[in-house]
Amino acid sequence: MSILSVQNVHKRFGGLRALNEVNLEVEAGTVHAIIGPNGAGKSTLLNCFVGRLEPDTGTVTFDGKSLLGLKPHEINQAGVSRVFQTPEIFGDLSLLENVMIPAFATRDGAFKMNAWRAVDSENSLHDKAMGMLADVGLAEKAGEIASHLSRGDKRRLELAMCLVQDPKLLLLDEPTAGMARADTNNTIDLMKRIAKRGITMVVIEHDMHVVFSLADRISVLAQGTVIAEDLPDGIKGNPKVQEAYLGGAHL
Amino acid sequence: MTTSMTKSDLLLLLCFAAAVLAGPVLLAPIGAGYPDLLQKFAIFGIFALGFNILFGLTGYLSFGHAAFLGVGSYTAVWTFKLLSMNPIPAILLATLLGGLFAAVIGFVSLRRTGIYFSILTLAFAQMSYNLAYSVLTPVTNGETGLQLAQSDPRVLDIAFGRDYGAVLPSSDLFGISMTGYPGFYFCGVMLILCFFVSMRIFRSPFGMMLRAVKSNQNRLNYTGLNTRPYALAAFVISGMYAGLAGGLLAVTDPLAGAERMQWTASGEVVLMTILGGSGTLLGPVIGAGAIKYFENIFSAFNEGVLVQAYSFLPEGLQHVMVWISSLFVGEGWHLTLGALFMIIVIFLPGGLMEGFNRIRAWITGRFGGGGGSLAPAAAE
Ligand SMILES: Nc1ncnc2c1ncn2[C@@H]1O[C@H](COP(=O)(O)OP(=O)(O)O)[C@@H](O)[C@H]1O
Ligand SMILES: [Mg+2]
Repeated sequence: MSILSVQNVHKRFGGLRALNEVNLEVEAGTVHAIIGPNGAGKSTLLNCFVGRLEPDTGTVTFDGKSLLGLKPHEINQAGVSRVFQTPEIFGDLSLLENVMIPAFATRDGAFKMNAWRAVDSENSLHDKAMGMLADVGLAEKAGEIASHLSRGDKRRLELAMCLVQDPKLLLLDEPTAGMARADTNNTIDLMKRIAKRGITMVVIEHDMHVVFSLADRISVLAQGTVIAEDLPDGIKGNPKVQEAYLGGAHL
Repeated sequence: MTTSMTKSDLLLLLCFAAAVLAGPVLLAPIGAGYPDLLQKFAIFGIFALGFNILFGLTGYLSFGHAAFLGVGSYTAVWTFKLLSMNPIPAILLATLLGGLFAAVIGFVSLRRTGIYFSILTLAFAQMSYNLAYSVLTPVTNGETGLQLAQSDPRVLDIAFGRDYGAVLPSSDLFGISMTGYPGFYFCGVMLILCFFVSMRIFRSPFGMMLRAVKSNQNRLNYTGLNTRPYALAAFVISGMYAGLAGGLLAVTDPLAGAERMQWTASGEVVLMTILGGSGTLLGPVIGAGAIKYFENIFSAFNEGVLVQAYSFLPEGLQHVMVWISSLFVGEGWHLTLGALFMIIVIFLPGGLMEGFNRIRAWITGRFGGGGGSLAPAAAE
């Protein structure tokens, strides 16, 4: 059963066709990778899923419900969490608070005037957040201010913030971009563990090594058009992909 | 675990309450132990505490909060005139109307962020100020200001058989006149209550969300939270604090004028909050106290005092010194305030609270760790 269904999506920026008749079906419980050269429209496509951009035409359906016209917070409340190309975290807050905020959002909804109880008395959410931090290996830094973390740690924190929400769909935009090798490997391990839990993921990724070790299915985007969609082995052998994306080099 | 207050918070609250109640004794050595000044500390402390919930937590810088102070004062004086000289209905209605006005102005202003938000609040406040002087004269009594009259209806007082006779009444709490020390203690108790509420908000999930608004709105939205109602709630709460402060100004002196809404008054609460330490629990109260204290000292100086102070100098030099000093005192006190503010912002961006914390860290660092744990965690 497909949990995310994208049909006939077009998006122009002035004269530029950023997305051109894009179709995509993401099966529940799988990892779907989107690859393609720089400027292919991958981020634009992702932005159409989370309410940052509105497609000119076409439909985006999640869990049987149209996402078009919904605000970012409404889309998150529907079960979609997102990791950004540059980690977006609450830099002035502690790691624990960073993870508790999304936990509150999932439990209490988009707005709740919860102004009299102390955060410290919310034991079950506190334990859940601490467990999540332990999962990504940041438990001993729980009290630190998030802006002091390394880029790799920020990424892991952001993943913990998404995972604590038990999302139905997790979107990742180049999760290892700009990372040192050690951080990249850590992040890949983490993503593999997330995938094992059966969380549906859509990953935009540059690193072929990451893509082929992680993805169940791959869509290739070039100049706003999906030029191939297949199992990883099929993509490896597809001459069109090698032509457009890999410049003819062999994988 | 219903009253989930940590020990250090409870200690901080108790110390705060004790310090406020003992204010007349504690502040006597610096010449501030008299009710007129003390109640100013308390009232503007409340104003700044509320402002801090908006500015300190969410980062939204309003330049129009004096409008809510003015609304509170007008509401309180009208309550005295129409209902009763008892301060309780007056401050309740002042708080309520402060909140209502804030809901309207906040709803519109919060469509923008950053400098545009600030400008919108400033524009609204100046509009209120001008309206109070012009078309709203029937409500505000224009330039003269809204005053009590012997012939006011005061229906509740009449209903309970309270007759003030042929004199102009003053506010009283079931027979205790709200002048002098009772007036201060009434304001002081309100300050303690407001501090307690502010503390609960700081420690609550709601308070955490407000700090998240300041830190990263984008992440907050993609985390499933709607920023606007959080910011609006903070705006309304700070408007209620301002309304209460305005009401208390009228309780201790039953008169309301439009100058209370002027932009300089809005700017003053910004200075108080930043000077004390925005985003800290205690800072705004300290900032408000410091500014009102120095205002009281510097604005009281006049040329006669200066001439005397420099009388030991030769005559020519005396004239020069008097001339220079006179720029900074009396009417020129704002120049002193500006200079003080610049020094703080440059050397102590976290305000006086940062200064205290540095001194405390220095002392504990020097004389071993024992002393520090006794003091309540003052900053935040
Ligand atoms: N907001 C925007 N306005 C105008 N052009 C944009 C905007 N966002 C992206 N583009 C353009 O659309 C194309 C696709 O961009 P993007 O989706 O970021 O590519 P990718 O993520 O695949 O590298 C690029 O040519 C980019 O310059
Ligand atoms: Mg991109």
